[in-house]
Amino acid sequence: MSSPAHSATDQIKGTVPHPYHLVNPSILPLCGGVAAMTTFAGIIVAAHLHSFVLLGIGLLFVVSTMFVWWRDVVSEARTPGLHKVITQVGLRYGMALFITSEVMFFVSFFWNYFNYFFFPEKMGTAFAPVWPPQGVTTIDPFAIPLFNTMVLLLSGTTITWAHHSLLEGDNKNTVRGLAVTVMLGLMFLCGQAWEYTHSPFPFYHGGIFASSFFIATGFHGVHVIVGTVFLTVCLFRAMKGQFTPQRHFGFEAAAWYWHFVDVVWLFLFVCIYFLGRSAIVAG
Amino acid sequence: MTATTHDHSDHSHEAHHQKGFVERWLMSTNHKDIGTLYITMAVIGACVGGVLSIIMRQQLMYPHNNIITSGAAWNAIITAHGLIMIFWFVMPALIGGFGNWFVPMMIGAPDMAFPRLNNMSFWFLAAGFVFVMIGLLLGNGAGAGWTLYPPLDNAQYSPGMATDFSLFSLHLAGISSLLGAINFIATILNMRAPGMTMHKMPLFCWAILVTAFLLLLAIPVLAGAITMLIMDRNFGTSFFEPSGGGDPVLFQHLFWFFGHPEVYIMILPAFGIISHVVSTFSRKPIFGYLGMAYAMVVIGFVGFIVWAHHMFVSAISTDSKVYFEVATLVIAVPTGIKIFSWIATMWGGSIEFKTPMLWAIGFIFLFVIGGATGVVLANAGLDQELHNDYFLIAHFHYVLSMGAAFAVFAGFYYWIGKMTGHPYPEFWGKVHFWTFFIGVNLTFFPMHFLGLAGMPRRYPDYADAFAGWNYVSSIGSIISGVSTLVFFYVLYAVFTSKESLADNYWGEGATTLEWAVPSPAPHHTFEDVPVIR
Ligand code: HEM
Ligand SMILES: [Cu+2]
Repeated sequence: MSSPAHSATDQIKGTVPHPYHLVNPSILPLCGGVAAMTTFAGIIVAAHLHSFVLLGIGLLFVVSTMFVWWRDVVSEARTPGLHKVITQVGLRYGMALFITSEVMFFVSFFWNYFNYFFFPEKMGTAFAPVWPPQGVTTIDPFAIPLFNTMVLLLSGTTITWAHHSLLEGDNKNTVRGLAVTVMLGLMFLCGQAWEYTHSPFPFYHGGIFASSFFIATGFHGVHVIVGTVFLTVCLFRAMKGQFTPQRHFGFEAAAWYWHFVDVVWLFLFVCIYFLGRSAIVAG
Repeated sequence: MTATTHDHSDHSHEAHHQKGFVERWLMSTNHKDIGTLYITMAVIGACVGGVLSIIMRQQLMYPHNNIITSGAAWNAIITAHGLIMIFWFVMPALIGGFGNWFVPMMIGAPDMAFPRLNNMSFWFLAAGFVFVMIGLLLGNGAGAGWTLYPPLDNAQYSPGMATDFSLFSLHLAGISSLLGAINFIATILNMRAPGMTMHKMPLFCWAILVTAFLLLLAIPVLAGAITMLIMDRNFGTSFFEPSGGGDPVLFQHLFWFFGHPEVYIMILPAFGIISHVVSTFSRKPIFGYLGMAYAMVVIGFVGFIVWAHHMFVSAISTDSKVYFEVATLVIAVPTGIKIFSWIATMWGGSIEFKTPMLWAIGFIFLFVIGGATGVVLANAGLDQELHNDYFLIAHFHYVLSMGAAFAVFAGFYYWIGKMTGHPYPEFWGKVHFWTFFIGVNLTFFPMHFLGLAGMPRRYPDYADAFAGWNYVSSIGSIISGVSTLVFFYVLYAVFTSKESLADNYWGEGATTLEWAVPSPAPHHTFEDVPVIR
């Protein structure tokens, strides 16, 4: 097989109307860029000048841009004829690829963790080559972490309950399933908040164990927040009856995302909380 | 309208062309307009990065020169030069610019999969450019080099906000690339015209597809690494701080896990363009099409498992060195497939030396030199000696400012008529090529000698013994600078030209779909998508 030797027009044997969704001009992408810039500048200003005003404005800008953007997407999806099958498939590609990139984001934090877990001598000669480092008391994996594991695993089943109900056209149970999932997400976050505030090691200047622990579990927590918001949006949409057994990609995307967050947690639980526990653990 | 013969006269959407400035350029959801924005960004990036490089070469023209008196300013300039040339010149030109313009056209689609996202990718990049300029200009400037190694850019050695702005500029550029990558993959996998199978898809689209996968998998790891750096600098963590048990070498691993794929992110789209140009001006289909496509896939894959060849002097074990050396040498195989297939394409073809072809042949010639010095550097033992000296600088400028940049110009001369509808002046195009060719070779070839003689990189001064070749190199950089002025004249001539071009102004050899539509191509190219035989 080689690229066609004949001329450019010869290879075309006819045309068909395009099935895609071409969107109208929009100011939102520019808003998104300015919002991100404001937020990042806000972080720098907050760190160096201890003023949180710019950061606040930036975050508000980000959230409102996202809100209007997805409101537009939802209303386009609900306008008959705009999202044909091929556009729906395209959205699936988009979400799957986005989650893939998120996996790689967590790879960097696990890489950091395993760098010391497998090679504790890399902490340098000032530290005994053991992991967790000497003097660090870790969190008891069988207290809140195990509870949170159960909460997330359960939420994985309740989202599936919602999904199956949706496929059967049983909207009442879809709403129930989603509501329970959202509640479990919030419960997880409360557990994590308690754990952070009662942690036996500090975040600030807490050394490499604390750094590795907080960045990995912290970014996971951020993803739980995002997933919970995503599910909450789905809950409201389900209450309005916007999903049908045939078309509910918004729901599926949220479910994929939620399962991804769930799997990351299992790795965190096993690798950091359980395998990385110290001989004596804190409450 | 069903299967009629292809007729483009009714495709131009008049309404599209009447958009006001704000609607067209600030709110665009059209792949061509967004592509143009990216190319504009690339021109700005090239100018700023280029001016910085000429300033550096002026300083290095004579030993003990006093043009840049502060070491911090010097460091800020080299850092900004590297970052800008990579993220705001080569990538926006090849991926955002030509990728946006021509991938949808070549696969017979009216636009990208996610047009608004496409536009947001651009604005994130523009925002990043603002940040990297702040990083250059604020206070002492960000001066850790484009590789950003700690401890050079930790809170102790780079206090102040400039370094944070540069780090966040990479977050912005990274998010931009990531969203762009998702968009390209979804477009290529989902929106090919009926009958356009993967194995019929033009090589430029293959190149962008592999590039997009590299971005998708590499950028998030960089994002994680610079996030940890920012945390170390500002929020009291110790990822790379030995005092808290952190490991600075870890940063190098994370950086190069991104960084080596990044060099292929810059060169694979170039490979794609060169394939089209060589085939067009040899009037032959590309030799070994499938081999060419899968060679890029292999390069993309192997590109992920060779990163520590950048760390041969960074306390990695001998066993790792052996592995990374051998794995790196393996990349020469698929790269060789590409080079030999281009030569085989030209072999027996009726070759026409139009300007794009000159750039393409220049690319092949100079990229081979850069590839050969890469093979030298891949030897861990030799690299102990050559690491971080001017031999390395020569290597990566042969693959980048002669490889990637030549492909940018090849693409420009090849497609500018399709983008604007006007021809470029052939004579001045050739003047541009030859002056640039002489300029960059004069600049970078002597660096091999300087490096072998032991001149280290990233210093504003050097021993008297190195004076001769440094002088030659600086003269070369002035010639390249003048050559760029010729390019601006070409650009001016294109935009003021009254001539218009036919659909396929290259004739027989140009066979991809963009040559089946008018020049300039209509706003959405295909309101009705073509069915491919
Ligand atoms: C046959 C293919 C290649 C081989 C074997 C190769 C090998 C290497 C090695 C071993 C180094 C590290 C040297 C050192 O730090 O001491 C290096 C550096 C570099 N290479 Fe290549 N390379 C190849 C192709 C490329 C290509 C295609 C590009 C870009 C388009 C590229 C861009 C770079 C850059 C930018 C650096 C320097 C990074 C820095 O330290 O700032 N290389 N190469
Ligand atoms: Cu490399």
